[in-house]
Amino acid sequence: MFPGFFEWIWDGGHVVFMGGLWYALGIIGMGLTFCILKAAIETAQGKGAEHGGDEHH
Amino acid sequence: MDSALIPQGVRRCSLGKFAFFIGIVGAVLLWGVYAMLLCWLKGLNQTNMNDYYGFALWIWADLAVIALGGGAFFTGFLKYIVGKDELKNIINYAVLIGFICYSSALLILAIDIGQPLRGWFIFWHANVHSMLTEVAFCLSCYFAVLSIEYLPLVLENRQLNKVPFFHNLAHNMHEIMAVFAATGAFLSFFHQGSLGGVAGVLFGRPFSFREGAFIWPWTFFLFTWSAAAYGPCFTLALTKLIEKVTRKKLVGDKCVDLLAKISGWMIFTYIIAKIADTYYWATVTAPEGGFTLMDFYSNNPMYGIWILVLEIVIGGIIPALILITKKGRRSPFLLVTAVIFGCIGVSVNRWVMVLQVMAVPVMPFDTWAMYYPSWQEVATTILPVAYGVILVALSYRYLPIFPQEKELNY
Amino acid sequence: MKQSQGHNRPKKYGMVIDLDKCTGCGSCMVACMAENNVPFKKDETNKRDSITWMKVYKLTNGKPFPENDVCYLPRPCMHCEGHHGHSPCVSVCPATATDYSTDTGIVSQIYTRCFGCRYCMAACPYHARYFNWWDPVWPAGMEQMLSPDVSVRMRGIVEKCSFCFHRYQRAMDKAHLEGRHELAEDEYQTSCTQACPSGAITFGDLNNPEHKVHQMVKPDNAHGGRPQAPNAFRLLERLGTNPKVYYLSTREWVRKAGDNSIKGEGKAHAKH
Repeated sequence: MFPGFFEWIWDGGHVVFMGGLWYALGIIGMGLTFCILKAAIETAQGKGAEHGGDEHH
Repeated sequence: MDSALIPQGVRRCSLGKFAFFIGIVGAVLLWGVYAMLLCWLKGLNQTNMNDYYGFALWIWADLAVIALGGGAFFTGFLKYIVGKDELKNIINYAVLIGFICYSSALLILAIDIGQPLRGWFIFWHANVHSMLTEVAFCLSCYFAVLSIEYLPLVLENRQLNKVPFFHNLAHNMHEIMAVFAATGAFLSFFHQGSLGGVAGVLFGRPFSFREGAFIWPWTFFLFTWSAAAYGPCFTLALTKLIEKVTRKKLVGDKCVDLLAKISGWMIFTYIIAKIADTYYWATVTAPEGGFTLMDFYSNNPMYGIWILVLEIVIGGIIPALILITKKGRRSPFLLVTAVIFGCIGVSVNRWVMVLQVMAVPVMPFDTWAMYYPSWQEVATTILPVAYGVILVALSYRYLPIFPQEKELNY
Repeated sequence: MKQSQGHNRPKKYGMVIDLDKCTGCGSCMVACMAENNVPFKKDETNKRDSITWMKVYKLTNGKPFPENDVCYLPRPCMHCEGHHGHSPCVSVCPATATDYSTDTGIVSQIYTRCFGCRYCMAACPYHARYFNWWDPVWPAGMEQMLSPDVSVRMRGIVEKCSFCFHRYQRAMDKAHLEGRHELAEDEYQTSCTQACPSGAITFGDLNNPEHKVHQMVKPDNAHGGRPQAPNAFRLLERLGTNPKVYYLSTREWVRKAGDNSIKGEGKAHAKH
């Protein structure tokens, strides 16, 4: 899977495939991190406590 | 007893009745779990697969649930990217169905492989030129996206939402849902397509082999297209089913009509492409390998030309014609008929692209190979259905899945 | 796909099976199973889940007596080259557990890496790949007779004919010890070749004009190895799998039985 493995041969396919994969994973990871961090900061600032029981659509 | 967990302003059946229902479905689930354990502990000799049928019922179930679960990515794409805001009334349910379908697909794959403990080899020793590798990567990533899309719904449970952090997290996730939906659509395009590519690249199997563009056979594009077209049919079919079971109207007519119309046009355009593909395959691709169309549909006890008619006419042309006309969509009977026919059509397509591929003899002196699944295969295929029913039931009872429920019923 | 390494000239090991000589005795199958530690079941009635790396098919011309004719067709793995090593099975394996070697032309199977998805089996039109539906069990005492050169395979993975690759390794080891880089034709032969009592199977390097296999079929490497000898043919030539197992027969119906053809296409495809 990774360069350096005994059987590794570089070709364009790896760049395209891994490029697409890490692009998607990067967006998912960054998006999730952003949401969690923002929620943590907002909670620390006391936001959200007033919403107890409300539903968000 | 559990009223504190039930969303405000809606009514649910008693906990006893609910527990009884879950108990019955849970028994079916346990039966599936028992079969699953048999397959894991004793091996795939528990199935009726053989060296002619390396792919069988499970792979079909996998392909079918992924196609039917395509409603999640396509509805998300329409709502968040195209901007069809009306679909906000069904998107939660579409996401839930997608989550169930994709988690089921991953579970089935984990049972299907001969050495489950080595399943991670597909990532570690990935052959990026294999369609199955692309499927595994994109499927796993997209499942992560669906989990992210489902998570805010869980956090919106009345009690969980009281926790400020969960409330804020759910709110923030909703805010950037378009980003996740776009990533999901990107991943879905590839894994739905790769599933089509799995069959289409088999140049040793003239029944499934297709030519194509660049590295992608035509089946790549047809599978993506059909999942986007038929996935919403499944979402609508299950919406009608849950409305029937709960005896409530849960999604407004305007939303249903819009999704049905889009699905209809998608099926309409897809089926034209499918007919063109079938024609080219029957007249050019297959004859190059020495086969005529009827070689694939005769001299065997099951696969007659009827299956092609079932897939294209009954499962394609008819639902397309119903759904693209206003009259068809507005008639409850025709609408339900169309979405059910649509689900049948795409399932038959996945069936032939897995099982008929295995059945057709390729060497001239070989014979047709027929197959019927063992009870262990059937039970493990029903297992995700039972799991899906339980998850839908729990989600419906405790989460605000249908935003219009109050407005339409009380 | 493994690239050619070292200073050896790339080989293309292949097989020529003269169907007019094959009597269908099954010696090749037995020799193969013994040589390669191929497991078997107590009850082998169901041929679709038992493992036979080398399998002999019985073909008939479908005519009534006295025109009735029978032909036995041994079928090992075809070690397809496809288009530049793009063989049907190698290209689909998601975990790189099977490989086409441009050094030898042999399609290998890495047992410890295969996780049993069976996609390669779906890809192979020759049914040359087999799945281990059970763990291998040998009758008491028989484990002592297993070949130490070939690893036994566990439940849940795919296996297939390797052209007795361990024999190639053994021959190469010996050659290296003697300071040679090349093998003589008889130094590396498969067990089925040696076991065939009627000498129907010939094995060697298709790239080497001095080897019998090359002389028997005259492979046209400019056109995917297509045989130029008049009585030679390959199974399913039209699919483009580019197999390295060739067949010989003087009987036209046998040559025709090697590939699919559409009525009215004439004899063009049967003759090759």
